[in-house]
Amino acid sequence: MSKKTTATADKKAAPAPSVSDFAQAPINAGLSREAKIELHRKMVRIRRFEERSLRSYQAKKIGGFLHLYIGQEAVAVGCCSLMGPNDHVITAYRDHGHAIAVGMDTKPLMAELYGKATGCSKGKGGSMHYFDPTRNFWGGHGIVGGQIPLGTGLAYGIKYKGLKGAAMAFMGDGAVNQGAVHEAYNLASLWNLPVVFVIENNGYSMGTSQARSSAGELAQRAAGYDMEWGQCNGHDVYEVRATMDKFLTLAREKNRPSTVEIDTYRYRGHSVADPDNTYRSKQEIEEYRKTKDPIQVFQQKLLTEGVLTEALIEQIDAEARAEADNTADFAEASPFPTPDDIQKDVYWESDNPAERKSQGRLFFD
Amino acid sequence: MPLITYREAVRHALAEELERDKNVVVMGEEVAQFNGAYKVTEGLLAKFGPDRIVDTPISEAGFIGMGIGASMLGVRPVMELMFWSFYSVAFDQILNNAANVRYMSGGQINCPIVIRGPANGGTNVGATHSHTPENVLANHPGVKVVVPATAYDAKGLLKSAIRDNDPVFFLENTMLYGEKGEVPTEEYVIPLGKADVKREGSDLTIVTYGRCVHHSLAAAAILEKEHDISVEIVDLRTIRPLDIDTVLASVAKTHRVLIVEEQKPFASVGSQLAYMIQREAFDELDGPIHRLATVDAPAIYSPPVEIEQLPNPQRVLKAALEAVG
Repeated sequence: MSKKTTATADKKAAPAPSVSDFAQAPINAGLSREAKIELHRKMVRIRRFEERSLRSYQAKKIGGFLHLYIGQEAVAVGCCSLMGPNDHVITAYRDHGHAIAVGMDTKPLMAELYGKATGCSKGKGGSMHYFDPTRNFWGGHGIVGGQIPLGTGLAYGIKYKGLKGAAMAFMGDGAVNQGAVHEAYNLASLWNLPVVFVIENNGYSMGTSQARSSAGELAQRAAGYDMEWGQCNGHDVYEVRATMDKFLTLAREKNRPSTVEIDTYRYRGHSVADPDNTYRSKQEIEEYRKTKDPIQVFQQKLLTEGVLTEALIEQIDAEARAEADNTADFAEASPFPTPDDIQKDVYWESDNPAERKSQGRLFFD
Repeated sequence: MPLITYREAVRHALAEELERDKNVVVMGEEVAQFNGAYKVTEGLLAKFGPDRIVDTPISEAGFIGMGIGASMLGVRPVMELMFWSFYSVAFDQILNNAANVRYMSGGQINCPIVIRGPANGGTNVGATHSHTPENVLANHPGVKVVVPATAYDAKGLLKSAIRDNDPVFFLENTMLYGEKGEVPTEEYVIPLGKADVKREGSDLTIVTYGRCVHHSLAAAAILEKEHDISVEIVDLRTIRPLDIDTVLASVAKTHRVLIVEEQKPFASVGSQLAYMIQREAFDELDGPIHRLATVDAPAIYSPPVEIEQLPNPQRVLKAALEAVG
């Protein structure tokens, strides 16, 4: 996509198919009513969870950074809804949406933000470091672009074990200029690894617009590595699914990597500590909210299709709000880890002393 | 016991572990078709094929990171760094990702990777290729750091490293690759974190590891013959976990300590050792702890002067005489 300076400046290399085409794509046309409602519900649950987490942050219940995904929900939900048993996901620090999209329980997610022992990482990772290997979710990584070689390694592992699957390695538009990303592109293409590199292009790497940070186009850089690439509108979950299905199939069936750039937008700052008034206008944010909000866009489609009703929309929203409130109650009521927990989960061996083979001191004071 | 080189010992360990566990893969620059930049992996491609012995592009951040990701899924990559000096371009992968992923995931994810390669000066390749980063690596909780001095130790320790469920960084030495040592034909492993007394003595403990073990042994022979000084040499073999008990037992015997290390002095492995010895064996010491390290400057190229920048038998001898004096 071309560099964005305003909400209306999006340009595509090729004319986009009309919205209804994506609903008719086989991967979407085959969706049951329940599955469509579930896509909607997941997006709503992510948003209500994050809005609740923001209130907790403002109430000083949460430390550190809080990078909110609000506005980008259709990307994680659309992509992760395509996961099969041998598909894996890794992402950067804006990871709440992906965690919920892969099916993680929201209570341990909120508890992790609160730094509680009941958190998904026992209060040791925080907002940027959610993990759930039982759901093929490998984080949650704090260093821009640093997770992309790891995602390529997941693809290597899938292939080495002879499984038919794909890794989705998510990054923001700011990550495309990191060397590690380019090294991973080269390896993935050179070795025919089943990985889809997903650029969630929200237009800004922190406070620096794409125009001010990246030369040329983003997805097309994949062509230099002899890799397939694509672009899509990330405000429409149908389009995300239709596009990603094609590239995931390429990975699973042909062991070929690809790069997909998904156009999206975040309503909140880079993190909640971001003043958010130095690099974009309120008008731009409002324009996206009004015309491209992924929940509103999909809700409208499902109303038109007769899948959702106003009553059901209200019910889903009320449930999501109640769920989010419950997560905060759960987090609030949970204990913090203790100082004795600080040195747990450092080494596999120190956590499994009966099976320890090494000797000597592992920890120092 | 057969005499084999340090290089062959490393190779045998790799071959045996490749044979034992299908999840083990060897990756790195020039490890396969070229037979290894230092010929450590010679013949492995022919024996195990290109799926197990994998040539990588010169792309350390990419392929090391890729190995870490694969290890999270249960592959056991043994990654060769042509020089450990190149760790700096993969620092984020090695010390943010491999070292931290278990902790940040609350213990859900393991990273059973081995990164191995030479880390030493003395080959006249200048400052960029002569780093000895064991102190930097060992500063990161979550990792293990091994620096073997002999063929026997290299083989037994590498086998343990490959079987270990935590990330292990294995620092070899190009100056030792051709050194021969006795290595049994039957299988053995050496546990990580177990020091080895390479020479018994009663007047001075030299705590050391890696190539400095050999410098210290050479100096100890002269000290005994010409100065009637009996030196005990404790080879740490593993930096983290650290077998401080063997060090303390030796200190309790000799009451004098010299630390010899191919490290820049500031915040070195020796700094940590000196702290621990004074803290845990203060009453045993008859004098201050001495240390011999690399002369504190980037590695000089000039071949005869580089010898003087690094620990060498003559420098160890002089430092030992000061330590007992």
